Amino acid sequence: MNNASNVNRGKFREAAVKVMFLAAACISIIAVALICVFIFANGLPAIKEIGLKEFLLGQKWKPNADIYGIFPMIIGSLYVTAGAIVIGVPVGILMAVFMARFCPQKLYKLLKPFVELLAGIPSVVYGFLGLQLLVPLIHGLFPEQPSGSGVLAASIMLGIMILPTIINVSESAIKAVPDNYYEGSLALGATHERSVFFAVLPAAKSGVLASVILGVGRAIGETMAVVWVAGNAPIVPDSILSSVRTLTSNVVMEMGYSTGLHREALIGTAVVLFVFILIINLSFSAIKRGGKKQ
Amino acid sequence: MSKSEAINYIPFKQKLRGYLKHPMSLFLLILVIGAAVITVGLVAILLGHLLIKGIPHIKPHLFEWKYTTDNLSMMPAIINTFIMVILTLLIAVPVGISSAIYLVEYAKRGNKVVSVIRLTTETLAGIPSIVFGLFGFIVFNTMIFKGYSMIGGALTLSMMVLPIIIRTTEEALISVPDLFREGSFGLGAGKLRTITRIVLPYAMPGILAGIILSIGRIVGETAALIFTAGTIPGVPKALTRSGRTLSLHLFELVQNPQAPTDRYFNAAYATAVVLLALVVLVNALSSFIAKKLSSK
Repeated sequence: MNNASNVNRGKFREAAVKVMFLAAACISIIAVALICVFIFANGLPAIKEIGLKEFLLGQKWKPNADIYGIFPMIIGSLYVTAGAIVIGVPVGILMAVFMARFCPQKLYKLLKPFVELLAGIPSVVYGFLGLQLLVPLIHGLFPEQPSGSGVLAASIMLGIMILPTIINVSESAIKAVPDNYYEGSLALGATHERSVFFAVLPAAKSGVLASVILGVGRAIGETMAVVWVAGNAPIVPDSILSSVRTLTSNVVMEMGYSTGLHREALIGTAVVLFVFILIINLSFSAIKRGGKKQ
Repeated sequence: MSKSEAINYIPFKQKLRGYLKHPMSLFLLILVIGAAVITVGLVAILLGHLLIKGIPHIKPHLFEWKYTTDNLSMMPAIINTFIMVILTLLIAVPVGISSAIYLVEYAKRGNKVVSVIRLTTETLAGIPSIVFGLFGFIVFNTMIFKGYSMIGGALTLSMMVLPIIIRTTEEALISVPDLFREGSFGLGAGKLRTITRIVLPYAMPGILAGIILSIGRIVGETAALIFTAGTIPGVPKALTRSGRTLSLHLFELVQNPQAPTDRYFNAAYATAVVLLALVVLVNALSSFIAKKLSSK
């Protein structure tokens, strides 16, 4: 009798704990749902009030005059992200190839912590270094410009920031390619370099592409590394040296003192950023799934 | 030199001749080595600049207990950082570990809930920190706590680090051999007892590495905290008040310097060195533990 009730109690406890674990697991679903609901609920009314077309395609951002067009910021974010890819992706992929297939074991043990260090530097420190090191450097190279901050500086900072992401993800993709691809190519008479670049690297392309998309997501959402080096004038940049304002720096610069429609327009800016990120995330998981099927 | 190395050894001259015959291979080799030199050079320049400019400015007055505009002390910010780390982990660790336990130990294969949780965790990991910050601002500042607060910042950050903890714990749990579980069941233990007594202790180093990794993320985070924990210098009297962490302290020194600005920038260099040292130390500890685990 006593024994049986003990067993029942045990079963009850097992079931209760299982429900508890399930509830905890659902918290991440709830978190994403809450973020979507609150960001959209606070941003969409402003977009509606301003008008979707005026908001997305408006060339002027003048909160004092209640004019809210974020077209320059959308273009700005796209420019600096493209710049980051141009700078970060070739170096990152080549470095990944070096680490996976060229580097002697001893050197690898030295290099890996370097890459980890690059990944560990907080974004605000990157921003500060960009402000102190890169902006004066660019200004020195182009003294006719009013300042060294702009598209080029922001692109370089972001290019450096996405390096570790691209290196790490690409490296593991290259390492995951079966050795017989490489050996087969060698046996056909190709050199080591040819084998790596024309047999191994193409086989790892879905992983390499995934690393680039991850890097894009990181670059477009980055705030602190950009805000001090971009110049932040809300204009569509006309050269790589011209001042630029990204979606993220628009929010971080003005949120503190904004009120009313201005504040809602800033949250609307975050809505646009969020949509960009969701698209990038979806394509990332699509590629990952596609890569697994192969 | 071992035997196989001796056989495969190619003299430098012969190698060079080979490369001259294949200029494309030489070109590719130069590209690859160039990339490595650029990466290492970048790290060296960034760190070198920071250390050379920062270390001379690390002075005792930067570590006084109270912040004033005269000493620009980072001590309160360091204390706030520790409070923030502990608060965030108190929220995120139980939730994250429980989620991972459900995903690995309880959920059946092909479960719909599992794929939804996987998708949302991935999404959560991809959301930019400024969006987290805005969300925290809307919910915690304007609706719940009415103003900047440490607890609001911690709640925001715990959403941010949740995916890291879930993913690393999942990996640690998966690495526990099924034999352990079967042995435990065979001896008559229930599922819960098997998890708490057998699986979790074995997976602990992996879980710990993930937790430490998320500490590094918390310490380095700025954008998510500007509008949630706020930028008031000094240790707050209550968790419902604003207090700036070390990275926010650096942000404020650079963003709002008062004349003469040099003083602020020098203090910022020193703060950046301390912040970087903290993050690097934490990350090194994490990978050290992870390495211990993999060599086991």
